[in-house]
Amino acid sequence: MALPLTETAAPPPEDPELEQLEIDLLLEAVYRRYGFDFRQYAVASLKRRLWRRLAAERVGTISELQARLLHDPRCMERLLLDLSINVTSMFRDPTFYLAFREKVVPLLRTYPFTRIWCAGCSTGEEVYSLAILLEEEGVYERTRIYATDINENVLTTAREGVFPLASMQQYTENYIRSGGKHDFSRYYVAAYDGAQFPHSLTENVVFAQHNLAMDRSFNDFNVIICRNVMIYFDRALQDRVHGLFHDSLEMFGILALGHKESLAFTSHAGSYDEIDPAERIYRKIR
Amino acid sequence: MYDVIVIGTSWGGLDAVSRLLDGLDDAVRQPIVVVQHRSVESQEGALARILGDHTSRTVCDPDDKTEIEPYHVYLGPPDYHVLVEEGHIALSTDDVVEYARPSIDVLFESAADAYGDRAIGIVLTGANHDGARGLARIKQRGGVAIVQEPETSTRRAMPDAAIAATDADAILPLDEIPKFLYGLCT
Ligand SMILES: C[S@@+](CC[C@H](N)C(=O)[O-])C[C@H]1O[C@@H](n2cnc3c(N)ncnc32)[C@H](O)[C@@H]1O
Repeated sequence: MALPLTETAAPPPEDPELEQLEIDLLLEAVYRRYGFDFRQYAVASLKRRLWRRLAAERVGTISELQARLLHDPRCMERLLLDLSINVTSMFRDPTFYLAFREKVVPLLRTYPFTRIWCAGCSTGEEVYSLAILLEEEGVYERTRIYATDINENVLTTAREGVFPLASMQQYTENYIRSGGKHDFSRYYVAAYDGAQFPHSLTENVVFAQHNLAMDRSFNDFNVIICRNVMIYFDRALQDRVHGLFHDSLEMFGILALGHKESLAFTSHAGSYDEIDPAERIYRKIR
Repeated sequence: MYDVIVIGTSWGGLDAVSRLLDGLDDAVRQPIVVVQHRSVESQEGALARILGDHTSRTVCDPDDKTEIEPYHVYLGPPDYHVLVEEGHIALSTDDVVEYARPSIDVLFESAADAYGDRAIGIVLTGANHDGARGLARIKQRGGVAIVQEPETSTRRAMPDAAIAATDADAILPLDEIPKFLYGLCT
């Protein structure tokens, strides 16, 4: 589990400029040594997490943390857990799924085959939700979902399809509000404290590691869903990823973002029409 | 000069923030970012509308990376942490902190960090301890710490905790805070 954002952090250094220099050097070191590129992550949350790791490692400065990271790969693993924020849930923001059902699915019906890229899928709750929705709408069979994340660990969980039983009540409510057509309990089998979802739901899903900050496009898509991932990036990196998505979307393809993510602040705002502005569902028009 | 005002409140906060905005002179141009604890289900936009009736400032629920502009009031949206970076809002869906998302501490600490001695933090009425640590951080970085007088707060726990955590620059009844801000900001 990633550490919470604000448990007691190490005291902030007295000299903000020095701190910034140390952070820049640490991120550069992490990138050059391990290939993980956090250099363009949104700075405010990133700093909080570094302070947190500093306290947990009982080191006094970011430079000391850097030394440990370079010499001890296990320390890097711990930092990686801190930096990857995997919070997710099934039918998160039910109104989004409702809008997807009502406004996007009708478009998908007109396609012989649909490729969907779910970028930053975390532990898979989003992917299973989508698969359930598409199945209920009768289009799952001619859909392939490419579900990617930077973090191999969350993908392993995603492939297993076992989610906490304790969350099912919340997910059931979400499912109903998202326009779900059945009794949600038909989709899982309780086993100990887990809810196992059937493998049939991932028959048309490919889970793969992909880093939005570094990797290239790997296919053409009709739909790209990337929710609550880019809010952790700075503007320059957001622009890069939007470029990647724009290149990967077919003309009139659909782009869906998180509720608080806007195309307005990116250089690609002019390339899309709004399908549902409140739900941040867009359609590529140029 | 000061470049941002951050306000944190919970119980009784809607009324308190309304009154504060009501009393605030138009000459105070600094952007204001407010975290008021509210339920996840609370109606998007409802709070902005209510507060909008009390001020001619533009009150909005910001998106991630929304630019911070003078004479605007930004509300932490339900279920997101709201942070400030130099010039814009940054949202995050990180874990709930002390039962709260948005968390006042998260906002205040980001303001201290990004704005240093150009930040003003205000803790108003509330029934928990959120904001105390963040206000201390603002003060530590050279910013200004203001707390609503506990005796005259609807709930005093939050002001009390803030006062215990930091050496506040001013502890004031609600109706005197706008005047104090006017003095600082103009
Ligand atoms: C908050 S979760 C969002 C999960 C899901 N999309 C949702 O909205 O519920 C963010 C995910 O983005 C992933 N992520 C972060 N940086 C990434 C990158 N550079 N490339 C791909 N995925 C990344 C994280 O590992 C994490 O699983």
